[in-house]
Amino acid sequence: MTAVLETRGLSKSFGALEVARSIDFALKPGARHALIGPNGAGKTTLVNLLTGALVPSTGSVLLDGDDITILAENQRVKRGLVRTFQINTLFMGLTVLQNVYLTVAERLGVSTTLFRPVGSQPAVVAEAERVLETIQLHEDAGRIVNELPYGRQRLLEIAIALALEPRVLLLDEPAAGVPNAESHIILDAIAALPDDIAVMIIEHDMDVVFRFAERITVLVSGGILASGTPDEIAASEEVRAVYLGYSNGPGTGDG
Amino acid sequence: MSDATPSPAATELLRAHRFRLIELLPWVVAIAVYFLFPGYRLMATQILVLILFALSLDLIVGYAGIVSLGHAAFFGTGAYAAALLANAGWQEPLTAVAVGAAAAGVLGYVSGWVVLRTKELTLLMLTMALGIMLYELAKDMDEITGGFDGINFENSPILGLFAFDPLFFTSNYWYAFAFLLIGFLVVRLIVHAPFGQSLVGIRENDRRMHAIGTPVRQRRRHVYTIAATIAGIAGAIWVQVQGNITIAVYEFEMSGNILIMVILGGAGRLYGAFIGVIVFAILENMTETVLGTDPPYWELLLGVALVLTVLFAPKGLLGLFDPFVHRLRGKAP
Repeated sequence: MTAVLETRGLSKSFGALEVARSIDFALKPGARHALIGPNGAGKTTLVNLLTGALVPSTGSVLLDGDDITILAENQRVKRGLVRTFQINTLFMGLTVLQNVYLTVAERLGVSTTLFRPVGSQPAVVAEAERVLETIQLHEDAGRIVNELPYGRQRLLEIAIALALEPRVLLLDEPAAGVPNAESHIILDAIAALPDDIAVMIIEHDMDVVFRFAERITVLVSGGILASGTPDEIAASEEVRAVYLGYSNGPGTGDG
Repeated sequence: MSDATPSPAATELLRAHRFRLIELLPWVVAIAVYFLFPGYRLMATQILVLILFALSLDLIVGYAGIVSLGHAAFFGTGAYAAALLANAGWQEPLTAVAVGAAAAGVLGYVSGWVVLRTKELTLLMLTMALGIMLYELAKDMDEITGGFDGINFENSPILGLFAFDPLFFTSNYWYAFAFLLIGFLVVRLIVHAPFGQSLVGIRENDRRMHAIGTPVRQRRRHVYTIAATIAGIAGAIWVQVQGNITIAVYEFEMSGNILIMVILGGAGRLYGAFIGVIVFAILENMTETVLGTDPPYWELLLGVALVLTVLFAPKGLLGLFDPFVHRLRGKAP
């Protein structure tokens, strides 16, 4: 099966600082892929390169085999390449429903409508409500985002991404900062993601990584150290030494 | 699920554009003022035009989050286009307004390509620079623009029926009234349309807007052009109702004052433009009537009023009523 998202020799430097070093990476349709690595390894940089928030120094990004390296972030979103943010990036002063409404309006291409009120297109609002229902956020629809508990805000990050009907979804530490008591709602939402979406998750919790991922890529100082199935990664001496060695390894979490 | 009844939140979103009875109030007041205070018609006419100008600024400042200190560039361009056209012999007023609108709109679109690449302070400086450049240009070209002395010009009757009345401001008042009413309805429709809502999204978080696929820069250019066009219309009417123009239409004070009016009334709520302009004009008039213009008590008072607004009414004067309105509608403040 051909990859839905692929990078070839993707590199990025800021002056002498290389934050991404010749990264070859591929996601198959419906993939469940985890990207791990120590802090500062360049995980979020890679996401920014994939989504177009950063322009690579060399190399290319391909979506469905098309070179999208020169496309802007918003154009990649239109093609189904969607991300969530490690730090909440929401419309904090608007309601939950408005957050998803704006997203749906953008996907359906109605957000340029100039001389007809929102109320003239009830199907768009209904679609936003449907997205909130699928992710169990509909009871908070009328609440202003900055009044929501942090865990619910993280869930809204995912709801917005789903409202874009992505084919590739990049989740940047979706449960970061969520108290343990709430984190299961995020993990449940991730587990329930539609099978046809290719998902790449950045996550520090090895428990989550080894439960979720079918493949794992380990990133160290901007380059790929290893890539393989969870078993292969767990067995790799190199990975243990560089990264997993910091904790007691995946064994403690997995078994 | 699309056939399910909309939730309360959805119902609110779907009905946001509906008119409320209280929205008749400003228009009733405007009609009453004409008959009750004939001696203040010049000032009242100016207030109507300035409200239209303020609405155009609210569209970019209050909705799209583009704070401009050079909005007079568009006001002045619309004004000069209409005035120079009349001075050159084309005296039909409505086409002159259309030309003024187009000239300001083109200037907005072209300058938007440069100015809107920046944000916040840089943006503020660039908008200010454009305004000052045009002012200096108009000052230098005083053979055409009339400079500080200005140009007097005449327009033919509105629609061929209603002659401009420089003495009692009869047709002039209703001319401004009609343009404000139409302009307001258009702006109100825009802010309640999906386009206007996406502007709010850009104001709230442009990073997020990029990430949901919005061409943010393009949309900012579009609203900037719309706002420039409306400002141009306001400028054209401003000089038509007075029958003369000076380079004051390009003055920095014009840009600064209109921004103060929008913030004073409350940005991003349309009616803030009404309140801001009216309170500003009345305060200025009263100060100068009671205390005189020398020394400039007005500037001092304006400064104090602004400080008080920022401290006690950060959402503008209209924002002071928010808790009251929320309680009326049975919601938590």
